[in-house]
Amino acid sequence: MENNLKENKTDKDLKQKLVEEFKSMESKLNGEASGNFHKIRKDAIAVFDKLGFPVKKMEEWKYTNLNPLLNHDFHYSSDRKQSELKKSDIEKYKFESGEKNFLVFVNGVFIEDLSSVISNSENIYVGNITGGRKKYPEIFEKHFSKYADYSDRSLVALNTAFSADGAFVYVKKNTDLKEAVHILHISDAEKENVMLQPRNLFVIEEGGRAEIAEDYYSKGDNFSFTNMVTEVYCGKNSHTGHYKIQNEGDKDYHVGMTQVHQEQDSNYSNTTVSWGGSIIRNDLNAVFDGRNTESHFFGLYLLDGKQHVDNHTLADHKMPDCFSNELYKGILSGHSTGVFNGKIMVREDAQKTNAYQSNGNILLSDDATIYSKPQLEIFADDVKCSHGATSGQLNEDEMFYIKSRGIGDKNAKALLLKAFVSDVIDSIKTDEFREHVENKLEHKLEYILR
Amino acid sequence: MLIIKNLKAKIKTSEGDKQILKGINLTVNAGEIHAIMGPNGSGKSTLASVLTGREGYDVTEGEVLYDGKDLLDLDPEERAREGIFLAFQYPIEIPGVSNVNFLKTAINEIRKSKGEEPMSSVEFLKVMKEKAKLVDIDPAMLSRYVNVGFSGGEKKRNEIFQLAMLEPKLSILDETDSGLDIDALKIVANGVNQLKSDKNAFIVITHYQRLLNYIVPDFVHVMYEGRIVKSGGKELALELEENGYEFINGIKENAEA
Ligand SMILES: Nc1ncnc2c1ncn2[C@@H]1O[C@H](COP(=O)(O)OP(=O)(O)O)[C@@H](O)[C@H]1O
Ligand SMILES: [Mg+2]
Repeated sequence: MENNLKENKTDKDLKQKLVEEFKSMESKLNGEASGNFHKIRKDAIAVFDKLGFPVKKMEEWKYTNLNPLLNHDFHYSSDRKQSELKKSDIEKYKFESGEKNFLVFVNGVFIEDLSSVISNSENIYVGNITGGRKKYPEIFEKHFSKYADYSDRSLVALNTAFSADGAFVYVKKNTDLKEAVHILHISDAEKENVMLQPRNLFVIEEGGRAEIAEDYYSKGDNFSFTNMVTEVYCGKNSHTGHYKIQNEGDKDYHVGMTQVHQEQDSNYSNTTVSWGGSIIRNDLNAVFDGRNTESHFFGLYLLDGKQHVDNHTLADHKMPDCFSNELYKGILSGHSTGVFNGKIMVREDAQKTNAYQSNGNILLSDDATIYSKPQLEIFADDVKCSHGATSGQLNEDEMFYIKSRGIGDKNAKALLLKAFVSDVIDSIKTDEFREHVENKLEHKLEYILR
Repeated sequence: MLIIKNLKAKIKTSEGDKQILKGINLTVNAGEIHAIMGPNGSGKSTLASVLTGREGYDVTEGEVLYDGKDLLDLDPEERAREGIFLAFQYPIEIPGVSNVNFLKTAINEIRKSKGEEPMSSVEFLKVMKEKAKLVDIDPAMLSRYVNVGFSGGEKKRNEIFQLAMLEPKLSILDETDSGLDIDALKIVANGVNQLKSDKNAFIVITHYQRLLNYIVPDFVHVMYEGRIVKSGGKELALELEENGYEFINGIKENAEA
């Protein structure tokens, strides 16, 4: 009872603090406070104020408890000073093969000095939201907060209210971005507990092509709480490869919403890799708002210790002839917990839908847990849907065969685990991203199998 | 090289333990080829499993000395590094792991255990090509996943290819001949004959005499119900082929008498 009261009180405290922080931010806005953008933010903070943080008794949050996070006091200031990170501090986050379009955000703030962009032209904008909003106000108005609905999602509301900054990638009609974009988000908890609310917007217009990776890291010994939202607009017949790599540490919490809007004939592929972080909750929702769209959701979670990763996905088939395919794979060791909740929604008009889903898990320890739940809601009659979930241990016959050739227990496991996740890794089309993930996988496996 | 003394072993099953090996005695010296024959279910594969350290068996009595050391004390991978190799009766498929990667990992781990430097990629490819030729394997197959989509015969040839790559001291071939047509059989036998030397030894498990026309054994042992009931020279295989089960029954009666 006492415990309960305390938790509720803390929740209210953090919530209250954030609402107050919003007011103080508002008072410093000067002219901007009257604009349309600010109207959205005011509306969003009201929604957050009303809904509060999600709690476990909500079906969607059944397995993920945010209470441990609400017990910390996070510093959140909207006018935080620029980070003290230097170029040499971020070398280690760079991809092995070098950087071309590289955007660096520290605690949600864009650090131009550390970023480098080569692709900008009259047809391409790669930068931060603040810059992009000035340069392309009409594009921003048209897309910002149009997809990530916050009316019943308090964390999206919270992010929208603060939506301080984040990456803005804009690819005009029939343009190929050619060089991939690497977005680095660092939570810098060197001095204090920090909360950050990155907000990314990717607009790929008709016939456009882009490959974009969001890469999350943390730094310092204090706690961090990332509440991110990414909105992706895929215009007609556009091709988008979108990657999210989570490398944070065991004092870092990450909740995120990726909301994708697909127009007719568009192709969107997402690969989400989670191997760092304490409590992670990812929502990936794609709405197919035109005929003949194609979507691929791939995911990999590789967990140990007490890590908790919850992946919720939604393939929302609104129109006919759309194809969605989903493959999530997990390796769980220690006392870790994985949650996979894959929802396929086939609405009345979505005839000739093809929707596939599969979730496979390997449990390396008796204390690891996986909750895997497919959710099919089908309101059309002419559809092909399938789903499957597996969880088990490494195959003993395969292990013995490998060992009988002189390969020790650790390397035998590593071989099989790498093989197990190879189809997810191979879904990363940009070579420099894939090689980076392969290297990290090697290290992470080495660590887990130590 | 190998001394098996009164080896008794049980298999652990869900319905309880089952005694399979009931006192095996066998000595194999360097330079020798031993054939073990006998009907299905007599315990030949179980012996191979116990010698290579597969889980699920309990050795209840006896001992196995390999180069003077207690073999049963070692993990499967340690036995392999000491030079023991099993060509599986039913080779395992490993989706997602290429033959090349598999063998490279194996060779380098064996080398590491001996304090040797890893094999360079160039050298590895060279050796691989040579050995592939030895068992007539298309090198293109080697970039494919281990045994995945291989025919029965290809799987068996792949076992001998792995044997050739790892150059073990003691090789156990468990019914490598079954499922092979005569041409494939000759290829496999030819491979073994080229690999054999006065420093290594082979235990060839088979229940057909056919293979032994091509791999000529120095000794033939007949295994029946967990025991070696008769041993002799290569002519014993012919006798067995001619007289079949009756012959074994005769032996059995003699053994029990
Ligand atoms: N996994 C198992 N569970 C139960 N019995 C087994 C198992 N494997 C082998 N056996 C039994 O052990 C005996 C010996 O089998 P095996 O060694 O495969 O013989 P062989 O190779 O000579 O044909 C047989 O009776 C067989 O049924
Ligand atoms: Mg057998």
